[in-house]
Amino acid sequence: MMEALVALVIGVLTACGVYLTLRARTFPVVLGLTFLSYAVNLFLFTMGRLTIGRPPIIHGTAAGYADPLPQALVLTAIVISFAMTAFVIMLSLKAREELGNDHVDGKDDA
Amino acid sequence: MNHLVIAPVLLPLFAGVLLLLLRSILPVRVHRTLSVIAVAGQIGLAIALLLRVHSGEILTYMLGGWMPPFGIVLVADRLSVWMLLITTLLAFLALLHSVRGTDTRGRHFHVLFQWQLFGLSGAFLTGDLFNLFVFFEILLLASYGLLLHGGGRLRTRAGLHFVVINLAGSTLFLFAVGTLYGVLGTLNMADLARQVALVPAEHLGPVKAAGLLLFGVFMLKSAVIPLHLWLPAAYAHTSAPVAALFAIMTKLGAYAILRVDTLIFGGGAGALAGMIDVWLLPLALLTLVIGMLGVVAANALRQQIAYLVVASVGSLLTAFALGSEAGIAAGLYYLPHAAFTAGAFFLLADAIASRRGEFDDRFEPGVVLADRKLLGGLFFVVAMLSVGLPPLSGFIGKWMTLQAALPHPSLPWIMASILGTSLLGIIAMARSGSVLFYRAEAPSVDSPPVRDGTRTRELLPATGLLLLCLALVIWAGPVDEFARATAAQLLQPEDYIRAVLVP
Repeated sequence: MMEALVALVIGVLTACGVYLTLRARTFPVVLGLTFLSYAVNLFLFTMGRLTIGRPPIIHGTAAGYADPLPQALVLTAIVISFAMTAFVIMLSLKAREELGNDHVDGKDDA
Repeated sequence: MNHLVIAPVLLPLFAGVLLLLLRSILPVRVHRTLSVIAVAGQIGLAIALLLRVHSGEILTYMLGGWMPPFGIVLVADRLSVWMLLITTLLAFLALLHSVRGTDTRGRHFHVLFQWQLFGLSGAFLTGDLFNLFVFFEILLLASYGLLLHGGGRLRTRAGLHFVVINLAGSTLFLFAVGTLYGVLGTLNMADLARQVALVPAEHLGPVKAAGLLLFGVFMLKSAVIPLHLWLPAAYAHTSAPVAALFAIMTKLGAYAILRVDTLIFGGGAGALAGMIDVWLLPLALLTLVIGMLGVVAANALRQQIAYLVVASVGSLLTAFALGSEAGIAAGLYYLPHAAFTAGAFFLLADAIASRRGEFDDRFEPGVVLADRKLLGGLFFVVAMLSVGLPPLSGFIGKWMTLQAALPHPSLPWIMASILGTSLLGIIAMARSGSVLFYRAEAPSVDSPPVRDGTRTRELLPATGLLLLCLALVIWAGPVDEFARATAAQLLQPEDYIRAVLVP
């Protein structure tokens, strides 16, 4: 049940991300890329399998453990996507200023 | 443990940090000197590593002393070090061109340049798939800054496309890496190679999907058809030294394809062995043909060179796609030639465009160029290199590829594509050369062409890159020997796996 729900969330996030990334204005494109990075972060997280209430270390008294590696991977991915989002926002603003509009190709009529 | 392996990663990182911190204190001249010295030191490190791995030894470095496959490992084998050497040589000459003024047209040029090298060195040396992603991001973030360096309307627009498509590519990379980890439980490339062979039949599907996704991302980076559309605009509109350095970026994608194809999905991968092979050769040939059609159709010199880069990726991947030792060796010989030639051509195009005033690099009859004999001579040499005419290195590379293709079942297609595109290339180069140099009108009496000694000196870096191509011809024997040894090492991934996992 939990797996299906998480899979559905990742799917919806990805679909929204792809749709928005294909839009013609820079703001939806930036939002789309953000959605895609959310989706992939969740996806990476679930690749360590979904576990609840387990420590991320092997311990004699614990019934099992949660895989700590995907958590480290996600942390790295979040930091990188955060920096990239900041950069692409600045670049979009610069493009808006230099091209005179927010179309990704700099055309005003589309 | 051998600390030499991590030195090429750390040197540009620290050089970049130092340059960033000292930016406001140091005069520009010292700043430039430090940057050039750092890249020269990087060449020294690459040569030192080359001398070590030449014998076939595979050096590993465990970061933080963590045992593989649990920690991140850096691996220097013949292929990594060969790529590292090519990158540093190209970067050195591109940097020498930039210190003639490009670097002061925006902020932090040298810092970004060093960090670009940091990302490139790391990507070539890492033996961990997620770490490869991280180094890709480092070099991409630096490349975004470099691409936009100097600003301008067209540059910003091309930069936006470049950034967005690469961010989408990074997302796909993460999906692929995540899936591989989810099924195989490891990200160390040597361990992945071992696990792929053991994957149970019901899990073949996800692994195959992840592998193909991974190749898709690498093809995006190396601008393979149909994922090449970002390249011409980005390369044509950026500044000359950056475009010259970027000549190595598409080769990075080709490197990643070759590494993953031979190591993880190589001969020992069981049901998944060689799963990319059915795709790689047709796409490579298509890239070659479409790229060369772009060369013919281009209406400005820089755009034409950018399409030459696309076509050269096609030639390179055609050689790799043959999969045999001779084929991979041909590709490894062709790779430095393609990088140096494209770099030299971009630097030369900058010199030509700056002398044509308002005509820039468009193919319209313009003014008679200052230093036209020197420029024309260099253009002739670069054009011969680009289309692969004898006796230069482009010809040798193509000849080796064709010879390696002789036993291949798709020989007619390979022959036809390589020879046909060479003819198209000759026609396109002859046309652009005659428009730029012959169909020029004599300048009016009031403004004779300026002759200025300092302006011919700006051609030295481009000439240096051409001399490197010449060196590839003169020492073709030893280079070919090394390339064959490298290919043999790649086709025996057991050595790599043993070197990483049994320290």
